[in-house]
Amino acid sequence: MADDMTFTPSRRLVLQVIGLGAAGFAVGCGVNTGAAAGGEKLMLNPFVKVGADNTVTVLIKHIEFGQGVSTGLTTIVAEEMDADWSQMRFEHAPAEVPTYGNFAFGGAVQGTGGSTAIANSWDQLRRAGAAAKAMLASAAAAKWNVDVASVSVANGVVTSGSRRATFGELAADAATVAAPDPASLTLKDPSQFRLIGKEGNAGGVARRLDGAGKIDGSAIYAMDYHPQGVLTAVIARSPRFGGKVSAVDDAAAKAVAGVTDVIQISNGVAVVATNYWAAKKGRDALNITWDNSAAENRSSEKMFADYRATLARPGYEARKEGRGAAALTGAGRTVTADFDFPYLAHASMEPLNCVVEYKPGESCVIHSGSQMPTVDQAVAAQILELPLTQVKVNTYIAGGSFGRRATADGDLLTEAAQIAKALNGRAPVKLMWSREDDIRTGKYRPMAIHRMSGRVNGGKIEAWGDRTALQSIMEGTPFLPPGAPDVSAIEGGNDVPYAIPNISVDVHFVKNPVSVLWWRSVGHTHTAYAKEHFLDMLAKEIGRDPVELRRELLAGHPRELGVLNLAAEKAGWGTPLAAGPDGTKRARGAAVHKSFESYVAEVVEVTVQADGRYSVDRVVCAVDCGVVINPDIVRAQMEGGIGYGLSSILGEAVTLQDGAPAQSNFFDYNVLRIAQMPTIETHIVASAEAPTGVGEPGVPVIGPAVANALFAATGKTFTKLPIGMRV
Amino acid sequence: MKLTINGREHDYQGEPDRPLLWYLREDLKLTGTKYGCGVAACGACTVLVDGRPMRACVTPASSLEGMKITTIEGLDGAAGKAVQQAWAELDVVQCGWCQSGQIMTAAALLTANPKPSEQQINDGLSGNICRCAAYHRIRGAVARASDIMGA
Repeated sequence: MADDMTFTPSRRLVLQVIGLGAAGFAVGCGVNTGAAAGGEKLMLNPFVKVGADNTVTVLIKHIEFGQGVSTGLTTIVAEEMDADWSQMRFEHAPAEVPTYGNFAFGGAVQGTGGSTAIANSWDQLRRAGAAAKAMLASAAAAKWNVDVASVSVANGVVTSGSRRATFGELAADAATVAAPDPASLTLKDPSQFRLIGKEGNAGGVARRLDGAGKIDGSAIYAMDYHPQGVLTAVIARSPRFGGKVSAVDDAAAKAVAGVTDVIQISNGVAVVATNYWAAKKGRDALNITWDNSAAENRSSEKMFADYRATLARPGYEARKEGRGAAALTGAGRTVTADFDFPYLAHASMEPLNCVVEYKPGESCVIHSGSQMPTVDQAVAAQILELPLTQVKVNTYIAGGSFGRRATADGDLLTEAAQIAKALNGRAPVKLMWSREDDIRTGKYRPMAIHRMSGRVNGGKIEAWGDRTALQSIMEGTPFLPPGAPDVSAIEGGNDVPYAIPNISVDVHFVKNPVSVLWWRSVGHTHTAYAKEHFLDMLAKEIGRDPVELRRELLAGHPRELGVLNLAAEKAGWGTPLAAGPDGTKRARGAAVHKSFESYVAEVVEVTVQADGRYSVDRVVCAVDCGVVINPDIVRAQMEGGIGYGLSSILGEAVTLQDGAPAQSNFFDYNVLRIAQMPTIETHIVASAEAPTGVGEPGVPVIGPAVANALFAATGKTFTKLPIGMRV
Repeated sequence: MKLTINGREHDYQGEPDRPLLWYLREDLKLTGTKYGCGVAACGACTVLVDGRPMRACVTPASSLEGMKITTIEGLDGAAGKAVQQAWAELDVVQCGWCQSGQIMTAAALLTANPKPSEQQINDGLSGNICRCAAYHRIRGAVARASDIMGA
């Protein structure tokens, strides 16, 4: 597989779609999915069901966890199908590969991540929509005994001459039509789009499909599924990473009213009860002795010192241009700075949970906000000793993820399935993670140090060095071949686009027992910050305006230049900035970065008070993500990505005290609150390039843009994160 | 003991220390009120008790006899309706987990202060965390709701 989670969609994607398309569309043709509430729904292909009630339901192979794919993926189908927006619905697809595989993950894994949903679904869903339309038109032609060339489809209605039928009226007939060869389908020219790329709610254009239920409280998430007789489990896990259970005294736990079982599993002790409150009190009453002989016992300060010591030597060389690191010494002046990044928790609003309904020897139904349904399915099947075909995954909308729900080892289901097995199918099992579990149990954005170096001479940057020490996320997972270096760890740093004649990017892979995972925009979270803030430091060394310097160094990178220039223009870069109240300083800062094949630039305005308190007032964002499906969702994802990134650099850190996380909940893991949120203006570059993602690309740019603005205002640099509340 | 929730009476027989949040979610299947932290730090569990926002995750159900409890499912009144309409117009929601709490808090804010300033909106909602950072639109929607109420 390619080096990291990014990929180039066009060629590989097209080959895979054509290769899988025929099989994909043949499956399920004519299958009646059975009566649903309100009547029959007929499957025209694995992605499109039409109901007798005239609804069109798109089966989405990606999870809706706020990023808007339930609307985006459905829009693509509705466009090519010529459906009316008001008839569109969505549901999560069952766990099944290759039908619902993510092409960006090689097709054999069903899952969401890397901002790939729209990119890997674009052609597939256009063809699914076009195929469904063709089947409806064929059914009408046969029914009316007319030439199919005389049949028109518009806004969910099929016509020929004076004859007219809705999709719902034709659904049963259409389901018996042979699926067309996907390669033969005619897709719309973009000039014909009614929905894709269109603004506003007029004419039924995309208002979010998942909005209404989230506004009136009726939307059902996995944690809301509470079947009759369900038992709730919480798990006591090692306070230190790599610690193991040595001894358990569960007498007090078992005496708590409502507690039914205490079960030891691979990574801790589960307390099972008739409701969450009883389970929690039961866990609080456990007395566990932990064996920490193999655990991480260092504090963060010591870990940073140990990481720093590795930076004295060269690491794995990920990039060398010109003379590489040798060019860092020489004429002029060499500047070096260590950028320190802490562990970060995802802290999505809905803590992890799932329900497992297990019938020993027969079947298992999983209810979860599953980001990798086929991984969950496989893990449960293995632990419960069931064939894959007997393990069903019901995927629910989820209350955020930011990467936390996508684990190659299926950590949540590993725990839940063990508990279900121990209870031997006595009752459905709901596993609940508390907020404390969420903050303390790892799977963090790795801590990292970037040692940035630059040599400037005669007003030019002649050499650039970026040496990082951090843990690999992909090592030991199916995403990285054994023995291969995980260059994804420094994605965004190894492909630094600036025209500097000598470049050296190398990396030390550190090992320790703290578990790490992709955190919204992954490697870019630290590479972009180090790259963009350090560039401003070098710009100051040579007396150059940071935006103007970037324009020069990005020659030959039109899409980076495009967003940089658009953001700078809309922000008024170079024009006087309105002053703040007496005693305050105001300044602008800029940053530009490509991630997950999308390009984002942000210009921010900050105000700094005399006592060092500061505010981020305004962000002007420019994004190039190729063809836009829903402009308002692109804007919402830029806003959200900016807020998520800003939160991390302002106040977030998980620090270890003698190896145990010092933070446990929102009173000490400080996340962004509404008063800290700037106003945001997003400008979208018009593009005909293939669509690329927006869930993550807004995140890495805000941190360095803010650091650059504060640098301009105060002359101070910000190389130790989080920046904190005062500068 | 009798609890009045969304205008209906329920007979609470559970543990005296069990928070209202879990009674709502597990017993009454009123799952619109969410669990986010369990320590009153995030606001996802916000309900109204006699019109005032309270955190259901730390409020024992047994302490609420005789009071009028409103959850997102029972939100009514001019402010509540305006907030929900504004939320839809601006497509505020992303993952949605915090949104019941945001909406309940906003409704209470606008009932007490129908024309809040931006500062007052920030202060009023400072206890409601949104990890999707939909704050820019939440702020806009509270202002829009105020307009709807004034119309």
